[in-house]
Amino acid sequence: MSDKPKLAFYWCASCGGCEESVVDLAEDILMVAGAVDIIFWPVAMDFKKNDVEAMEDGSIFAAMINGAIRTSEQEEMARLIRRKSKVVIAYGSCAHMGGIPSLANEFTRSQIMEYMYQEAPSVVNPEKTRPMLSFKHNSQNVTLPEIRNLVRTLDQVIDVDYYLPGCPPTPKLLKQAVLTLLSGEFPPKGTVLSPDEALCEECPRKESKPSDLSFTHFYRPHEILIDKTKCLLSQGVVCMGPSTRAGCEALCISGNMPCSGCFGPTSRVRDQGAKMLSSLCSNISENDETGIDKILDGIPDPVGTFYRYGLATSLLRKKITEDV
Amino acid sequence: MFNSNGNGTPKIGFYVCHCGHNIASMVDVEEVQKFASTLPGVVVSRDYKYMCSDPGQELIQKDIKELGLNRIVVASCSPLLHEHTFRVAAEKAGLNPYYFHMVNIRESVSWVHTDKLSATQKAKALTRAAIQRVFFHKPLEKKSVPVNPDVLIVGGGISGITAALTIANAGKHVYLVEREPTIGGHMAMFDKTFPTLDCAACILTPKMSAVKSHPNITLWTYSEVEKVEGFVGNYKVNIKRKPRYVIEELCVGCMECIDACIYKEAKYPDEFNQKLSKRKPIYIPFPQATPQVVLFDPETCIDFKSHRCKKTCIESCDRKAIDLKQVPEYKEINVGTVILTTGFKTYDAELSPQYGYGKYPNVYTSLEVERLVNASGPTAGEVVTKDGKKPKSVGIIHCVGSRDQKAHKWCSKVCCMYSLKLAHLIKEHTGAQVYNFYIDMRTPGKGYEEFYDKLMTEGVHFVRGRVSEVTDWALVPEEENKLTIRVEDTLIGVVRRVPVDMVVLAVGLEPRVDAGDIRRMFNISCSNEGWFLERHPKLAPVSTFTDGIFIAGACQGPKDIPDSVAQAGAAAAEVLSLISAGSIELEPNTASINEKFCSGCKSCIPICPYSAISFNDGTQKAVINEALCKGCGTCVAACPSGSIIQNLFEDDQIFSEIDGLLKFADIELEEMEAEHA
Amino acid sequence: MNSKKWRLNMPDKNYEPKIVAFFCNWCTYTASDLAGVSRLKYAPNVKVIRIMCSGRVDPQFILQAFASGADGVLIGGCHPGDCHYSEGNYKMLRRFRLLKRMLHSLGIDDERFRLEWISASEGEKVKTVINDMVEKLKVLGPLSIPKQINILDEELKEISEEHSEPLTAREELSHV
Repeated sequence: MSDKPKLAFYWCASCGGCEESVVDLAEDILMVAGAVDIIFWPVAMDFKKNDVEAMEDGSIFAAMINGAIRTSEQEEMARLIRRKSKVVIAYGSCAHMGGIPSLANEFTRSQIMEYMYQEAPSVVNPEKTRPMLSFKHNSQNVTLPEIRNLVRTLDQVIDVDYYLPGCPPTPKLLKQAVLTLLSGEFPPKGTVLSPDEALCEECPRKESKPSDLSFTHFYRPHEILIDKTKCLLSQGVVCMGPSTRAGCEALCISGNMPCSGCFGPTSRVRDQGAKMLSSLCSNISENDETGIDKILDGIPDPVGTFYRYGLATSLLRKKITEDV
Repeated sequence: MFNSNGNGTPKIGFYVCHCGHNIASMVDVEEVQKFASTLPGVVVSRDYKYMCSDPGQELIQKDIKELGLNRIVVASCSPLLHEHTFRVAAEKAGLNPYYFHMVNIRESVSWVHTDKLSATQKAKALTRAAIQRVFFHKPLEKKSVPVNPDVLIVGGGISGITAALTIANAGKHVYLVEREPTIGGHMAMFDKTFPTLDCAACILTPKMSAVKSHPNITLWTYSEVEKVEGFVGNYKVNIKRKPRYVIEELCVGCMECIDACIYKEAKYPDEFNQKLSKRKPIYIPFPQATPQVVLFDPETCIDFKSHRCKKTCIESCDRKAIDLKQVPEYKEINVGTVILTTGFKTYDAELSPQYGYGKYPNVYTSLEVERLVNASGPTAGEVVTKDGKKPKSVGIIHCVGSRDQKAHKWCSKVCCMYSLKLAHLIKEHTGAQVYNFYIDMRTPGKGYEEFYDKLMTEGVHFVRGRVSEVTDWALVPEEENKLTIRVEDTLIGVVRRVPVDMVVLAVGLEPRVDAGDIRRMFNISCSNEGWFLERHPKLAPVSTFTDGIFIAGACQGPKDIPDSVAQAGAAAAEVLSLISAGSIELEPNTASINEKFCSGCKSCIPICPYSAISFNDGTQKAVINEALCKGCGTCVAACPSGSIIQNLFEDDQIFSEIDGLLKFADIELEEMEAEHA
Repeated sequence: MNSKKWRLNMPDKNYEPKIVAFFCNWCTYTASDLAGVSRLKYAPNVKVIRIMCSGRVDPQFILQAFASGADGVLIGGCHPGDCHYSEGNYKMLRRFRLLKRMLHSLGIDDERFRLEWISASEGEKVKTVINDMVEKLKVLGPLSIPKQINILDEELKEISEEHSEPLTAREELSHV
């Protein structure tokens, strides 16, 4: 092997979109491939866990891990990669904040099992079979990773150096991140590698937002015909832009869809959902409970709206239940 | 994290106050002191008998100098009481005063809890929160704003008049705004004043004229405040001057127009005389009304109703002062301070039907009798019943609407004394037998008890007991054609029936109907009863929670003339001290936007009630005008990207308090569990 | 995959709810001072953080309090129409209505999060509200989110402890 810096990619609980986004670098991937050695990337190349275990601790220059941590296997791999790497980057919303998988924290593990293996309309399971952690088969011990009680962000399990936000991160940010790291100028640990202002800063519809916004209705995108030129909030569509970190260059808005918050909060905010809720509610037009409640009916699923990508990293992290 | 505050590593001094026994009897102060000494950053931790005393403050100052303390936490009473004291103490020792934070373990702990262990636990939790909080404190500059020397006084009764004259005599300009067509208030309706029995008009009228003629007083009667904006030193007030249909500057008060009115007889109830007499549609409230300007009542004037009057009044006025097309005039003034002297109203006696007011013609309220005994009143001072006869016996019922669970619980303070005064005057005018029915006789005050003594020698009867009923149902011949007062005489323990010709109800004092609107307009608080709330019942009786707004007289609670005048003087002194200082220091708790991080989302702009936030089109960011910001922090809570901070109430400061309160809770929990294991 | 009751070992009898309160300077904080001056007695479970206006209460503060172990959060502001800053209390009310719905769907009982209008003269109301809330939370039992998370995080210990052993000694996981 050459002495080019070694790069690793790994995926945990995610959809695979983050892996796609690496390929989205297009011709730039050649630049990256030229500058580094990719020594571990299960989705694209044939590596084994043993290969990683055989590496010296700290020998990987940087590892990009995407996906939330949902199973014991993911946790184990994350810990392994952590040991082998100088720099670990939580890649994409799921590793950064739990992502869409962490909405599962609204349910307990047993509720989820019950639904997936019993109650879901498409399931036929009269024996009430459930996955087992280990099983003897032909004298061989067959095991399955354990599903954890909580969906966790990467940094709730291992030490994380940097975060590359987004669902998925844009090729531009990935390229910037790689170039920054290769240049040897490391930003302070814990940095989210994206601008630290809110998305409105780079929104093409910024100028159309009025200074006297007052909400009389909230709409979900399918409920109205969205004017392509005007600020979505000014049309009553809940756009998470004001509470979401910039860096994506307002991709969703360019597609005439509101920002749903995948880049997470700015560094000054502890809980993205709480802040967005605060901002939206403060500008509701009514003063009495009935009037307020009527307007709020336009946001039927506040958890799903405000924590679509970040329930695991929100202050409460999960639905509070008697059972765990 | 700590060095960013420009004051080095935090070296915290913690001081817990015994407050004599006030705190120490319910909180183990030594335990709190020991606990604090173990917390990170604490260099010195002490307890002391009275932290607010000079030696207490000197203790802090000495430690600042000798130990190089750069954060001070004092656990004692409410910050609303002594925060300023300790800030000044810290400042004198060379520390920026905003490195100080206060823990309330008296009003919030020792005075309200009964278990010493849990009270001490709570004091410790609050202490920890404060100590964690001061890590994030920053030095701040006090904001000083100039005080506009002009003053607004709302309400032209004796309180307003006194305050206006005091301030005007000091050379400052006063706007005196009165809702009625004349100043004088309730006092102008009285005949004599207790206990000296000097004539109310004789002592009040000169003051009223002085107000009118004073070069430093702008008197706007028949006017109301419509809107108030701004803050201490800089209030902008909008005033509506209702049309009198007479040009005030031209009218000399000759009243020829009143004579010329096509109504030869007065036929509308005269409000000033409690509707016991009649007036014409064009009238002047009373002879000494100030200003001496007539006014029209558009409700009763023929020309306003049908436009078909011959307008003899206009013809009669050689100064051409009548203008029936007059419209309301709106004034906008800028003042630095405001005194509210909006007074009281009397209890509506019809709400206590057992006394028969409104049902029996010869049941009067005390205010009506004030007019009856007044020489310029409806009967020219003759006390007569509705059928024109002099009463041979009169009953005065005390505490009507006061000290009554069904009406008002409070004592109206003035009724005992004015009842004695009326008893004296009625007896003097009519020679009638006068009975006072009282619950308790309350006569504290200079010369008051002596006045009571004097009345007893005058042959006025006193019956102790709350009257149960006034009735015209005669049981014996002596009660025929009379009003019978039924009462339990609690001194001799019998139920008595006292037949009288006239009943006087000593109605209590209550807040004005629109006191709630007024206080909202001026952003001050009310007590549960509706009286304007003073900042401190003892130490700041004429201040309110809104800087620059003062209260005086009966709008703050039932009060007699001497007390009202004294309060008016106190309020005038408060105002003059602000004016004399020329400027006032404001809490530097304003909000500011971190321009580097603001995304220009404009969410904060509509939130600000003071329009202090605007959008800079050049930078595409929001900016807060510090001069307009009053420091509520609403925009800070609502900034979706966390780019607004509020001085003294920064996110990190509050988060550290939350953490401090609960971290301690967790330790407690673990201890508890360990015990149970 | 057994579910376990995390609250099993709680000593219910001695349970004292922990409540964090945010009181506005002008009305509710002044009222709590009045309660003190009037020597009204109430439960010691509520610890107050003074802010200038209920409008300053950032929903993050509320969530942080719960996340740090509060069993309840109480917000006290001026009555509608009485806000010292005109309308900060309305801003809080609007946030409260949605936050309450959201907390409800995250399993936090309605009684645990309360907004009360208490004017400067209502010292008595400070007492009754606090006592009432403490009583209700005693019935609900502890929320103890940090403890719950700690219990859940025990599942993380297994693997981190295994790291001290050489990985080759472990039985390889395999899917059929």
